[in-house]
Amino acid sequence: MGVQAELSERLNLGALYEMWMVFRRNKAALTGLILFTAIVLMAVFAPYLAPYNPYESVGAPFQPPSDKHPLGTNDVGQDLLSELIYGARISLFIGFVAAVVGTFIGTFIGLSAGYFGGLVDEALMRFTDMWLSMPTLLFTIFLAAVITRIGTFPMLYGIILAIALTAWPSVARMVRSAVLSLKESLYVEAARAIGVPSRRILVKHILPNVAPIIIIEVITRMAIAMLTEASLSFLGLGDPTAKSWGMMIHYAMIRNAITLGMWWWFLPPGIMISLSVLAFMLMGLGLEEYFNPRLRYKEQ
Amino acid sequence: MPGNGFVVRAENLKVWYPVRRSFVELITRKPPLYVRAVDGITFEVKPGEVFCLAGESGCGKTTTGRALLKLIRGAVIGGSVYVKPSREVFEEVSRHAPEAVVDKDSRVIDVYRVPEKYMRPLRREFQIVFQDPFGSLNPRMRVVEILEEPLLTHNIGSTKEERLEIIYRALEAVKLIPPQEFATRYPHQLSGGQRQRVAIARALVMNPRFIVADEPVSMLDVSIRAEVLEVLDELKQKYGLAQLFITHDLALARHICDRIAIMYLGKIVEEASADELVFNPLHPYTKALMAAIPDPDPEARLKYREVPIKGEIPTAIRLPPGCRFRPRCVAYDNAAKEIKRLCETEDPGLVEVKPGHRVACWLYK
Repeated sequence: MGVQAELSERLNLGALYEMWMVFRRNKAALTGLILFTAIVLMAVFAPYLAPYNPYESVGAPFQPPSDKHPLGTNDVGQDLLSELIYGARISLFIGFVAAVVGTFIGTFIGLSAGYFGGLVDEALMRFTDMWLSMPTLLFTIFLAAVITRIGTFPMLYGIILAIALTAWPSVARMVRSAVLSLKESLYVEAARAIGVPSRRILVKHILPNVAPIIIIEVITRMAIAMLTEASLSFLGLGDPTAKSWGMMIHYAMIRNAITLGMWWWFLPPGIMISLSVLAFMLMGLGLEEYFNPRLRYKEQ
Repeated sequence: MPGNGFVVRAENLKVWYPVRRSFVELITRKPPLYVRAVDGITFEVKPGEVFCLAGESGCGKTTTGRALLKLIRGAVIGGSVYVKPSREVFEEVSRHAPEAVVDKDSRVIDVYRVPEKYMRPLRREFQIVFQDPFGSLNPRMRVVEILEEPLLTHNIGSTKEERLEIIYRALEAVKLIPPQEFATRYPHQLSGGQRQRVAIARALVMNPRFIVADEPVSMLDVSIRAEVLEVLDELKQKYGLAQLFITHDLALARHICDRIAIMYLGKIVEEASADELVFNPLHPYTKALMAAIPDPDPEARLKYREVPIKGEIPTAIRLPPGCRFRPRCVAYDNAAKEIKRLCETEDPGLVEVKPGHRVACWLYK
């Protein structure tokens, strides 16, 4: 056992420390982590960072960037920089909740299909295939339209639900295939030989070993969910009261900012979306390396 | 009715895996094909005895071991497995599944008549150690968690302290000393031999009456086999633990087993006490196996040794008619005409030729 490993174990920081070692060595993953941290900090401290309240008119409309308004103002005179900073909250929130809900549904379906097999598997997987065969964006738009019409809850949650409902099938497929191979593993057979109840086998032996896949899925799903939200908002299907980055671009478009060349309005939110998607994808790479030691030692 | 002096007895045990049929075969109603991994074998393991199943890869020895513990899925299973649990476990099983009781007085239970949900108490006393110690331990659990799982499953030890004491005792019994240090390790921090001993300890904490040791040392370096074998031997000497030892290594089998059964293509072809079988093999297949054991004499290394067998092991889907060893049998070629006819048409059953020495070959009838 290496000195470092021993030390990390004694400090009982094992997993976190090892994860940090992987990120420290992998420059791409480290970039992702830094970007992610920055965006999260921006969202958390938005009230302290933003110069104005983004929901208030604080100046003349359609101003170009100036000292008072570094990114100008929009059509009703709200500060665009403040909108951008507050937008991180909404975008991250939507991405996170949609990804977690979607992954949760997918994991549940994948676990049941894989572990119970037979007819349960057949039924769940055909249902998943059906779901997967729909064109994703079109289907999300359809779901968003239906859910926000019939629901009595805030529109924002309807959109999150619509995104989550289109995100789960690929998670279900991945989890199922992992469970199928784990189910045949010797330690699961050993647990059966001991007489461990199947619910406990699922929770103690199978779930912890699919956890890495689930965590990586959540991270990459978050990126995709944010993109989907931006697309929905851009198309005018977002919650008009929630100022996400996608919504900013949407307003920029319908107020002719794009045709008038007001780049300070639509470019920054676009860049922020790209940066956060990039951050999640890069972090996903690092996590994958951490969970799959064979990747980890490839370059040494 | 089975005799009395056994812990586990397989009677005409069969494990047939169905071969997947194509759609056309299904609608034309072709009869299903089976891989006959185990094809009607009968043997018993006596209390405190190490009984060995030996044979080449694919002969069905591992399948037999798993079938005894009802661990096979997706196969058709025929025949019976009788076990004799302790009084306590017998009473618990017979309360829930009275239909599985074969003999109330000598506490015999037919495993395949116990519904799966009532198998748990039996599993406590009939355990297995797998061949691959790298796969049989969950990589995300510490040794102490691995050993605590059977205790929690069977409600052994009411407090954490009690359970820890049982765990430490089991670790000491398999010579992982000091146990406190090994208990906190993860499987990847152990050597192959140490892992295999953890796997043995996992069976041991439940205080079993019988374990299947499925090639427990074949994946270990020769240098560390001895330590695992020593532990298994001690379990027999100290605790009188009956074992079904599965191996392909006849020299090893002779060294640690009381009785040896040789399997070929899903059937036992010869069974005798270890010394009798090794020094006085009767079946042509056993003779071939004996001849194939490497000679440790360096002077003989260049000597050409003839192994009296021909061809390859056939598939267990389409078995040759008559004796299943006939296509590879050298003795068949030299046999008399009337014996040859028997070999071609009828399957020889196991016949006792000497007390305790059974063989399945027409030459000895």
